[in-house]
Amino acid sequence: MSDSSSKLHRFSAAGGLSKRLTSWDSIIIVLTVIVLIIASAAVDNFGTSRNFTFMVLDLLPIILIALPMTMIIVTGEIDLSVASVLGFTSALMGWFWNNGLSIETIIPLCIVIGAVCGVLNGFLITVLGLPSLAVTIGTLALFRGLAFVVLGDGAVADFPFSYTEWVTGTIGSSPVPNVLILIAVLALIFGIVQHATPVGRALYAIGANDKAAHFSGIRVARTKFWLYVVSGAVAGLVGVLWTLRYSSARADNGSGLELAVVAAVLLGGVSIFGGKGSLPGVLAGVVLLAALQNALRLEDVSGQALNIVTGALLVLSVLLPNIATAVRGNWHRRRLRQAAASAR
Amino acid sequence: MAESPAKPGNRAGDPGPARLEVADVTKSFGAVAAVQGVSFPLFPGEAHALVGENGAGKSTIVKMLAGVHRPDTGTLRVDGADVEFAGPADAKAAGIAVIYQEPTLFPDLSVAENIAMGNQPLSKLRQIDRRTMHDNAEKLFRRLGVPLDPTRPARGLSIADQQLVEIAKALSAEARVLIMDEPTAALSGVEVERLFSVVRSLRDEGAAIMFISHRFEEITALCQRVTIMRDGRHVATELVAELSIDDMIRKMVGRDLSALFPKQEVEPGEVLLEVEGLSREGVFRDITFNVRAGEIVALAGLVGAGRSEVMQAVFGVDPYDSGTVRFAGRKLKAGSPRAAMAAGLALVPEDRRQQGLVMDLSIERNVTLPRARKLARLGLLFGGTERRSAQTWTEKLQTKLGRLSDAVGTLSGGNQQKVVLAKWLATGPRLLIVDEPTRGIDVGTKAEVHRLLSSLAKDGMGVVMVSSELPEVLGMADRVVVLREGKIAAELTRAEATEESVMYAAMGQKVSA
Repeated sequence: MSDSSSKLHRFSAAGGLSKRLTSWDSIIIVLTVIVLIIASAAVDNFGTSRNFTFMVLDLLPIILIALPMTMIIVTGEIDLSVASVLGFTSALMGWFWNNGLSIETIIPLCIVIGAVCGVLNGFLITVLGLPSLAVTIGTLALFRGLAFVVLGDGAVADFPFSYTEWVTGTIGSSPVPNVLILIAVLALIFGIVQHATPVGRALYAIGANDKAAHFSGIRVARTKFWLYVVSGAVAGLVGVLWTLRYSSARADNGSGLELAVVAAVLLGGVSIFGGKGSLPGVLAGVVLLAALQNALRLEDVSGQALNIVTGALLVLSVLLPNIATAVRGNWHRRRLRQAAASAR
Repeated sequence: MAESPAKPGNRAGDPGPARLEVADVTKSFGAVAAVQGVSFPLFPGEAHALVGENGAGKSTIVKMLAGVHRPDTGTLRVDGADVEFAGPADAKAAGIAVIYQEPTLFPDLSVAENIAMGNQPLSKLRQIDRRTMHDNAEKLFRRLGVPLDPTRPARGLSIADQQLVEIAKALSAEARVLIMDEPTAALSGVEVERLFSVVRSLRDEGAAIMFISHRFEEITALCQRVTIMRDGRHVATELVAELSIDDMIRKMVGRDLSALFPKQEVEPGEVLLEVEGLSREGVFRDITFNVRAGEIVALAGLVGAGRSEVMQAVFGVDPYDSGTVRFAGRKLKAGSPRAAMAAGLALVPEDRRQQGLVMDLSIERNVTLPRARKLARLGLLFGGTERRSAQTWTEKLQTKLGRLSDAVGTLSGGNQQKVVLAKWLATGPRLLIVDEPTRGIDVGTKAEVHRLLSSLAKDGMGVVMVSSELPEVLGMADRVVVLREGKIAAELTRAEATEESVMYAAMGQKVSA
């Protein structure tokens, strides 16, 4: 009997390892690496340094906005207004530039205005207690509308070359884009906050059970409020980067980007119900989506087909973890039965 | 252990053939054999208690009878015929109704609609015949002797009333076996009495009742037969009249328990907590009391008297309208659990699942959650720090667990309660508020919790204990503050507090018998 119980114990320890290996964030990281390898080998021009630079520039807005979005979704909320904040700050950037403000003033100003947009979201959601889905669908329309009020259908294009060049440029003669440094620094900061600080611990507790979090002395509303402010500020920053990259301030910049961000976050293994997910998984999710789209485009696959692939991947990302859990459970049960039989 | 499960012969009035029989049933979940070779009969016209410590397998038995789980081996028999339940609907069709500790009514439907759910009377045009539905509900309530309005929505009913609605629902489905899984855990004394009178009349009408409870006085008051389980195994099925409570406890835990309520005498120290004129509109009014170091103060009263609400306001999780809370002479900021924690308060809340723990998070994260900021070095937290701290505290409280990285929801109720206690004791409080500290946990753990509270008080901690269990209140408390309808009805010293004096104050009237 004692023999069989020690056996059972070993199996449950092995269960921990298999759990880790079959968790969705590890699967998505492995999958991303595989896709990158296959694409480099099979798709012409995919592995070139030029293409690498473009891919990084393409995933820049999604990956930056996904950093705070991951935290927000982990707490069980959502921010759908991010792309509109991006458009709003882009439009404001053009308007400020036309009105003679210096670019050195405009950039911090736009980030602050993005944060103020987040303050509005945060106020409606945490102070008035309105549901974040409804609030941010509302402000999605509101901020985009304001963007058109500011700039109309026009575009502003004559931003200083030194700035636009920095955003599109690479470090020296290497293929590493300047913005990759920005991505790395921000991802590191967000990763540390989410996974190795008291605030990060609080996010998961809030998402899994906000009442118990409240009883544990966590300031639930305040934490969520600041998440929206940070999300707004990052969206403002991305509005600036977007404008400089295309050298074009337009009110419709980044339309629909919020769904790509949410898709990437969910693909990365974050539960839409909150409480579960990791930033490395999300980063892999963003890279996977970007690499697939990039590779398929290089293969001249049409835009519609791209959408089909993205959509299918998303559905799979929801389906597969459930299948993995079921398989894991079956495997575990079978081993137990064998252990029990051999002990008898 | 090879005790024959059915011993109908040893009762004066032969109960006849079993209505429902559990025969040599086994059920495992993953590594855990929850139930192993358990057999017992339920006879018509009898109430049968199922007792055992938490994790003894009682709930698994209930779920098999309810058709939620299927036994791995063994059989269930209804009226002598083998049955297999593919789902809860089959169990219901076989005449088995289960009433859980927390009823699951549809809050926005009326009481009558809830009762008729899945079984609505239809008019000629195949529409729901609302009048018949309401008449039926009224008839059922008359039969049960309870004054409930069938037209009111289920939302806002007390748990006791919700259980009565569930019983009415079971009757309307013509259930002949009624299984009640800790129905009294959240009920006050009067409500328990009312429930029992309903159950007794059903029993006398020939229903077979299975009753699960941790309270022995309820078992002796209601049941004829008792089945005792330990670690998933069947220990004994006997007539209640032939067993003393001590016998039952011995069989449940497999050892003797010295004393259930071992509060030691302590000379109280300085005043820690002073609550003065605390009021919250519609919840509690003008609450004034204090707690000294080394003292255990119990808040007694009926469920709904506002005890938990007062303590939650003191700790800052709920707001209050007026009054003051002082701790060690200093005024405590209202509405801020963080300020209360910093001052040296800790609250072990009533509802483990909703308030005490984050079920999906690991044991170690739960234990360290209130202290995450203190454990951080340069603002950073690493797994090792949290694990070591959680290890220390779960060991101190002798928590039985697999790995600290397991979700806390995988533990049994008693061990979950230990995790909550560990979580708060680790914050080093000077005053510990415990709300129903032993609700739904087994006798062994209960005694451990009582010993722990007593030794904490001995070391100079102040303890406020909200409890609905009179023996616990009388055994543990130095002083008893009794609340009734949101107001303080009495403050009794240890010498003054008796079952009668506490109940008298709690109900505001003389209790007969």
